[in-house]
Amino acid sequence: MEKFTVHTGHALPLRRSNVDTDQIIPAEYLKRISRHGFEDALFAAWRQDPDFILNDPTYSDVSVLVAGPDFGTGSSREHAVWALQDYGFRVVLSSRFADIFRGNSGKIGLLTAVVDEAVIEQIWAIVEADPTAEVTVDLPAREVRVGHLVATFDVDDYTAWRLIEGLDDIGLTLRHEELITEFEASRPSWLPTTR
Amino acid sequence: MAKTLAEKVWDAHVVRRVEGEPDLLYIDLHLTHEVTSPQAFDGLRGADRQVRRPDLTLSTEDHNVPTFDIDKPIADPISRAQVEALRINADEFGVPIFSLGNIEQGIVHVVGPQLGLTQPGMTVVCGDSHTSTHGAFGALAFGIGTSEVEHVLATQTLPLKPFKTMAIEIEGTLPDGVTSKDIILAVIAKIGTGGGQGYVLEYRGEAIRALSMEARMTVCNMSIEAGARAGLIAPDQITFDYLEGREHAPKGADWDTAVEYWKTLVTDDDATFDAVVTLDASTLSPFVTWGTNPGQGLPLSASVPSPDDARDENERVSIERALEYMGLTAGTPMKEITVDTVFIGSCTNGRIEDLREAAAVFDGRQVAETVTAIVVPGSVRVRLQAEAEGLDKIFTAAGVEWRNAGCSMCLAMNADKVAPGKRSASTSNRNFEGRQGPGSRTHLVSPQVAAATAVAGHLASPADLVASNA
Repeated sequence: MEKFTVHTGHALPLRRSNVDTDQIIPAEYLKRISRHGFEDALFAAWRQDPDFILNDPTYSDVSVLVAGPDFGTGSSREHAVWALQDYGFRVVLSSRFADIFRGNSGKIGLLTAVVDEAVIEQIWAIVEADPTAEVTVDLPAREVRVGHLVATFDVDDYTAWRLIEGLDDIGLTLRHEELITEFEASRPSWLPTTR
Repeated sequence: MAKTLAEKVWDAHVVRRVEGEPDLLYIDLHLTHEVTSPQAFDGLRGADRQVRRPDLTLSTEDHNVPTFDIDKPIADPISRAQVEALRINADEFGVPIFSLGNIEQGIVHVVGPQLGLTQPGMTVVCGDSHTSTHGAFGALAFGIGTSEVEHVLATQTLPLKPFKTMAIEIEGTLPDGVTSKDIILAVIAKIGTGGGQGYVLEYRGEAIRALSMEARMTVCNMSIEAGARAGLIAPDQITFDYLEGREHAPKGADWDTAVEYWKTLVTDDDATFDAVVTLDASTLSPFVTWGTNPGQGLPLSASVPSPDDARDENERVSIERALEYMGLTAGTPMKEITVDTVFIGSCTNGRIEDLREAAAVFDGRQVAETVTAIVVPGSVRVRLQAEAEGLDKIFTAAGVEWRNAGCSMCLAMNADKVAPGKRSASTSNRNFEGRQGPGSRTHLVSPQVAAATAVAGHLASPADLVASNA
């Protein structure tokens, strides 16, 4: 996983709430068995509308998505995170994220930073007025900075540590393999197996 | 210390607990399917890792598979390649698989319970958000992403931060004609699609205790639509009766030992929940969604809401946008909304009891000429059971298409799609934009309402059919 410390880039103001993962990437694109190349699938249905903000050339070089509350609801598809990353996003800012989406993001290096809804409104106003405004997301300081605005964001300590160090979860867990083996020996024999 | 049911199951699976880190939880059952697993198996290959416990892992083909012509190769080459990838991965890593054509094939959340693989007190995961279904047995069951699928394949564990707990108390008795689907749609409308975020829900109360196992699965299935990763129900005699004799259920002395343990899996009287929501079952009626998320629901007897009803600006924009997408006008009675397609099936309502309820409505009636209706059983076993009971004959006589098992029109990854701009009444779990095909408009309903709607040609309950016949 690529390390994440401080990221600076342009922001996409997405004035929508309850953006479910079916909108982030429609099911049709989940048939692919590759791990990359999902940038064309990002918001594929909404992109059919020429007025959809992602089609606005003003916002062609964006890496920070600023969305309404309840971002990433619905399906567990990690493809939603892949599509955002493949398109070039490193950070999503929202006042509320769905649990599975947030977990998936933290596993593979997309920062989901929780900020107050009022802060989201302020960032929308700033980047709509000036799309070239640079947004800095500072993970060690838990701060988002744009123009004169400095706001703190919330991310749990463990996820932040893993993102900053770029650590792979499986590698971390396998350091404790003997504990897993020990636990397995204590499981009741009547528990089912799939064989 | 007094504990809730969810806390008991959690604590019984902690492999490692260290201050400041997530708990490492052991996973008793890992279900996989073709859509969210190929990249995980590739990850194992890339790191030269094996599946730690193929004997606690199961694959089934469900999301992509066709529901007709299943004896022929899958027509869509991309779907076919994904299903073939699952077969290759299962073979290479030694994971048991139920492929198309196997008598045990079906939707992953229908297959696990019917085989007796899902048991009280277990931890169950799958790369699918509707894994919460298995919580009906008092299991801690939740959906995971593909990175987590790879993690479980490699280690049979997951690092997880503890959940908060929420009691959903459904007291009283359900009126006739009101089902478990109506309960859960009403719960989601009450707490919203984000209301359960960070929580495990425990459904409790008289109305829940009275439900069959299949009806309980419908309730737990849609926990994720309220934002909760998991929802569960304490096991009781109804649970034990359902499990006894199933292929993977404990046998003989083991059965007695298991039941003894399962009986301890209840929330202690003096345990406290982080949040409590209550609902009186006797006030419920058939429920239906009008918008583009499962929280946008109301009683079938109500009318389409107005943006003016919104509590804040975000909600106002959301209602406006939903009405526009759905092609609805505020104030229209829900029962005046005509539909083109009716889908009965999915991991929410594709079990034998759901099919019986739908068949009882279709019996002696005809699907409206303006409606296409399909019934897709949740598994091959459900299909065979329905045929043994003659339900298929009732469906086909009514003009309903009788299909083979799979996820089908719930998410339209196979050929079963609602056409652009067309409207469906669906027993599935999501009414998101384009969920049932690009441009599709979905109203979520119970199997009874779906069947009555197919007959009436507009949203209707079975009671409405009787009234209009009289």
